[in-house]
Amino acid sequence: MKSFRFCFLMLTIAILASPALSDLVLSKVDRRVENAGPEKESLVLLAFPEQQAKNMAYLMATPHEGKGKVKNPVVALPVEAANPKDMPAALTFYSVSLPKGLAEGDSFTFDVLAVFTHALRPIPEQITQADIQLVLYQDSAHYLSPYAVKVQSLSVKLPDSRIESYTKLENTKIHGSEIKYGPYENLPSFSYSPIAVHFESNLPFAVAQELVREIEISHWGNVQVTEHYKLIHGGAQSKGEFSRLDFLARPNVRGASAFRYLVANLPPRAHSVYYRDEIGNISTSHLRGDSKKTELLIEPRYPMFGGWRTAFTIGYGLPLQDFLYESDGKRFLNITFSSPMVELVIDALIVKVVLPEGSSDISVAASFPVEQWQETKISHLDIDGRPVVVLKKTNVVPQHNQFFQVYYHFSQLSMLREPLMLISGFFFFFVACIVYMHADISISKSSASYLAKQQWEEVQAVIQQVQNIISRCLTTHDNLEASLRDLSRTGNIQACKAARKAADGLLKELSKELKPLLTFLQSSPSAAQVLPKVEELVAKERELQEKVMVKHSTVVDGYEKKLGARDIENRVALQQQKLTALRQEVDDLLEFIDEI
Amino acid sequence: MSNSYTSDILKPFKLKTKQQELLIRVLILCLVYILAFITRLFSVLRYESMIHEFDPYFNYRTTLYVTQHGFYDFWNWFDYESWYPLGRIVGGTLYPGLMVTAALIYRLLHFLRFAVHIREVCVLTAPFFASNTTLVAYFFGKEIWDSGAGLVAAILIAVCPGYISRSVAGSYDNEGVAIFALLFTFYLFVKAVNTGSLAWGLASAFGYFYMVSAWGGYVFIINLIPLYVLVLLITGRYSMRLYVAYNCLYILGMLLAMQIRFVGFQHVQSGEHMAAMGVFFLMQVFYFLDWVKHMLSDTNLFQEFLRITVTCAVAVGGIALGVGMASGYISPWTGRFYSLLDPTYAKDHIPIIASVSEHQPTAWSSFMFDFHILLFLFPAGLYFCFKRLSDATIFIVMYGLTSMYFAGVMVRLILVATPAVCLISAIAVSATVKNLTVLLRSKTKVAQIGSTKGTSSAKASSKASLDQSQPFQKNGAMALLFGAFYLLSRYATHCTWVTSEAYSSPSIVLAARGAHGNRVIFDDYREAYFWLRQNTPLDAKVMSWWDYGYQITAMGNRTVIVDNNTWNNTHIATVGRAMSSYEDEAYEIIRSLDVDYVLVVFGGVTGYSSDDINKYKLSYYRFGEMMTEYGKPPGYDRARGVEIGNKDIKLEHLEEAFTTSNWIVRIYKVKPPNNRW
Repeated sequence: MKSFRFCFLMLTIAILASPALSDLVLSKVDRRVENAGPEKESLVLLAFPEQQAKNMAYLMATPHEGKGKVKNPVVALPVEAANPKDMPAALTFYSVSLPKGLAEGDSFTFDVLAVFTHALRPIPEQITQADIQLVLYQDSAHYLSPYAVKVQSLSVKLPDSRIESYTKLENTKIHGSEIKYGPYENLPSFSYSPIAVHFESNLPFAVAQELVREIEISHWGNVQVTEHYKLIHGGAQSKGEFSRLDFLARPNVRGASAFRYLVANLPPRAHSVYYRDEIGNISTSHLRGDSKKTELLIEPRYPMFGGWRTAFTIGYGLPLQDFLYESDGKRFLNITFSSPMVELVIDALIVKVVLPEGSSDISVAASFPVEQWQETKISHLDIDGRPVVVLKKTNVVPQHNQFFQVYYHFSQLSMLREPLMLISGFFFFFVACIVYMHADISISKSSASYLAKQQWEEVQAVIQQVQNIISRCLTTHDNLEASLRDLSRTGNIQACKAARKAADGLLKELSKELKPLLTFLQSSPSAAQVLPKVEELVAKERELQEKVMVKHSTVVDGYEKKLGARDIENRVALQQQKLTALRQEVDDLLEFIDEI
Repeated sequence: MSNSYTSDILKPFKLKTKQQELLIRVLILCLVYILAFITRLFSVLRYESMIHEFDPYFNYRTTLYVTQHGFYDFWNWFDYESWYPLGRIVGGTLYPGLMVTAALIYRLLHFLRFAVHIREVCVLTAPFFASNTTLVAYFFGKEIWDSGAGLVAAILIAVCPGYISRSVAGSYDNEGVAIFALLFTFYLFVKAVNTGSLAWGLASAFGYFYMVSAWGGYVFIINLIPLYVLVLLITGRYSMRLYVAYNCLYILGMLLAMQIRFVGFQHVQSGEHMAAMGVFFLMQVFYFLDWVKHMLSDTNLFQEFLRITVTCAVAVGGIALGVGMASGYISPWTGRFYSLLDPTYAKDHIPIIASVSEHQPTAWSSFMFDFHILLFLFPAGLYFCFKRLSDATIFIVMYGLTSMYFAGVMVRLILVATPAVCLISAIAVSATVKNLTVLLRSKTKVAQIGSTKGTSSAKASSKASLDQSQPFQKNGAMALLFGAFYLLSRYATHCTWVTSEAYSSPSIVLAARGAHGNRVIFDDYREAYFWLRQNTPLDAKVMSWWDYGYQITAMGNRTVIVDNNTWNNTHIATVGRAMSSYEDEAYEIIRSLDVDYVLVVFGGVTGYSSDDINKYKLSYYRFGEMMTEYGKPPGYDRARGVEIGNKDIKLEHLEEAFTTSNWIVRIYKVKPPNNRW
């Protein structure tokens, strides 16, 4: 850091604007540097007192652009923590690298944005429900810098015009809610003039002591975001009674320091939004959506007074194609880092990106330093867990809500893994069922009951065969009847006779088949119960068969003799009646046997 | 011709009647299984997946403990968050069946890589077991009557409001699994009696063990089964099958039940279990006599022997019982048991049992509400059972009659009667429908044949003659069948209506209709519990009436003085006294109990009537300034419909710490004592 031997003359028009919102203090410094030394200089040092440095959450330097200009995407200047020699130890330094070296007499203007958290101190520290909340802001009216300052002014913007007290220096003006110090000219380096502003602030002091965001990617088309908040009201502690009556009657007076709701700006097309906590769903929330954004308004279960805590979880799904891209054969997720909540200070933020199982070659790109490590998470249908990239950052402010990228390799085929697992699971289940149904798993193959059971199964199989034969006989009868009907329609006696012949042959065969079955049944002891019925069935069927044959012969005879249809009908009428009765009996018997 | 052609093609695929029947039966069972599950999901759809009521919160909390710390830690858990300063030995004072079951399901699902939350498992345990109960009901029905009756029983029990009331999703209570265990044990025992198989006896012993581990209602089993055995002995139905079944169940069941610490040695030491033991010894005597009778051929000698043995046995038994009672080895019957036998007992002796609304005698309307048509199908089923008396039907008749009596004594015992009522009604429905269809089918068949054959006069005359022999029978059968279906469909509608309207409210979240017909949700309980959880010191002691104890520990995660496990009446009385005394006096008790917060439930703003109005001072604090209803004076109590008298209530030792948005829960902080006088 030899450059420090050379003195910079800084012509600094530093308008230090400090809007003190909630727990955040944004300080914006607009400065112009001019090199007064002989050498080219490319680094500029920024100094912060210890107190501020501890609370600093965010620091960004951008080249200044003229007012009214169309905003181009501003390229931030690189800022690094510096540790220069020969400087007071109580100060923390950051160095800003200028885009090009600054020669003697050159000037360059740039903006520095620093965000501080926990910089406002509530005084008094405890208030009752009816009190308003007062906070104290401390800073220096003179711009603290290792360089000499030519011109400088400070304006403090407050949320409300009610100011309890403020340090009065020369050149102090107050404009509504804005206090302006300066301009001061030609200040030596490291000049410091402490100021304190004590003012009313009822803006929500929402501080997330811990926020765990889990972003889970499913290649089936969804990015699921789950955010677990542990929230505290970071303002003045409430003391004494909480009266619901007062709060109901005049919430803006008796409960001015409390906040009742939070707003989250979710990405567009967010769906399946939920809001719950450990003990269940919280029903007080509203969701409004349009094509630009989805606005979620959530109310904690109770109004948040100073020091009160709450914890909750919000979750939402996002369409995959909005956040997942591909480049060079690698996929990358491009999503915002921090919470979608408006005006929320996060003490510790943990972002977990859960990649699909089988992802490899994982790398993260973020625009600010984060702690990083990997875990695995076992979720639905995982065999060895999904890789999880964990990013941790403390002291996070809305300015950190920038996009970051997670690159990884994932083969499309791995997507099929889980459905295939499910399918094979069901497949094996059914196979097991089939095996169980068909396998003989009894232990003792020689026990009486087992043998009896087997015999009974054999008997059942035989009875089944008998039934089949009988029903085939019955179909043959039906065919014969059909041939008779054909005869009456066409008068083709030959066809009818042929049908008769075929039927005769078939029936003979069937009765041959039936014989061994019947002998088996007669020999088997376990068939003793059913045997009479089966025998009756066979007998009835034979009777039926004979009757059908007789009827058939009669009708064919009649046709051969060219008798009138009515005549034939009269002849067979009696037979027909018997046939019907018999058929009924056979059917009944079949049914009875079926039910055994 | 084409017709027959297609039928030839389809022949290999055509199912036989038996297979068809099997297919239909399995299909119906699957549908019933699903139906039983989904009809219990009203509460999840209407509200959310949450635990209901009071006791389930304790069960949920303990289940959480099992899954996080493992079984042995759970078994040895000393819970210092309840009954401050006494604490509670959880492992020894609960029935662990439910929690262990849920934890096992949870483990199994995680083993199969279904990463579900334990809460979802707990919420859905009761519907899952209700589904299983339908299967058991089917098999039980099949065992005592036929598969038709089994199917009807499965359908009836799937939607019966008496059972649904305790098994909707979220009602994570012992009864949810216990009814399954109860019916399963009974089924296995009846199966064992019917077959005489040692395997079934063994299974029934394990079923009994599961029941003992799940619910205190196991006492019903251990008294009903001996009674049943006794009846069989008296009616001369003693058999070797019965001997095997009962001895196996009793001995093994008893030994297994002793493994549950909450039950311990009660099977040999408590008066409630003595009946089972007596019957067990009686069985041995019976068997012995049977053997002697077999050995002795002389009947006179046997009569003599019988007289001596029976006298001796009875005398020995009586003396043993007397000595046991007198020496205090056998404990007398407990209050709850007495109050079952004598409904007025609790009112006179144990007011805390009588004070619980579900321990009240049942009103007729709630029988109608919970059983609907089953109420008159039940006697019809009893008639059919008596008509075809067997060991199994005797059992179901006894189960039905005793449980109906108990259901009349206590509202909550309708639950125990439900399976019996469903089974017996199923027998009635099945038998009736079967008779009617047989009647219809026998005739339709003739008619069918007549029409298909299409041949005219002779057939027609035969058909006519059949019809004439049974005039109007077919039409009558048809009408009755339609009537039965109409009644059953009314039953289904009623059940659905009851489930959706009466039994699906979580009672933690209250819902009401707003002025514009929109749904207004009062989530005050959880608001207050969550406030306690987040904004009080971790070791804060909360005093409330015992109803809210379990919820405060489970949702608020804070120590309570008394809770729903009302084991120490003195402690409860102390809290009750603190709640209803003047502030100065109460303050002393509160100090002595080391209480930090006092929680009261108050319905004066919303008209919620089940609140703690006897703590009126805390309830009405600053209520006098509140406008509750348009056109009424400030301080108008909507729950009681009056304007309160004393509107200017000042508190000295307590201060309002939190009141929920609808004033239902009010929490007061106990101020530390003044430093000086």
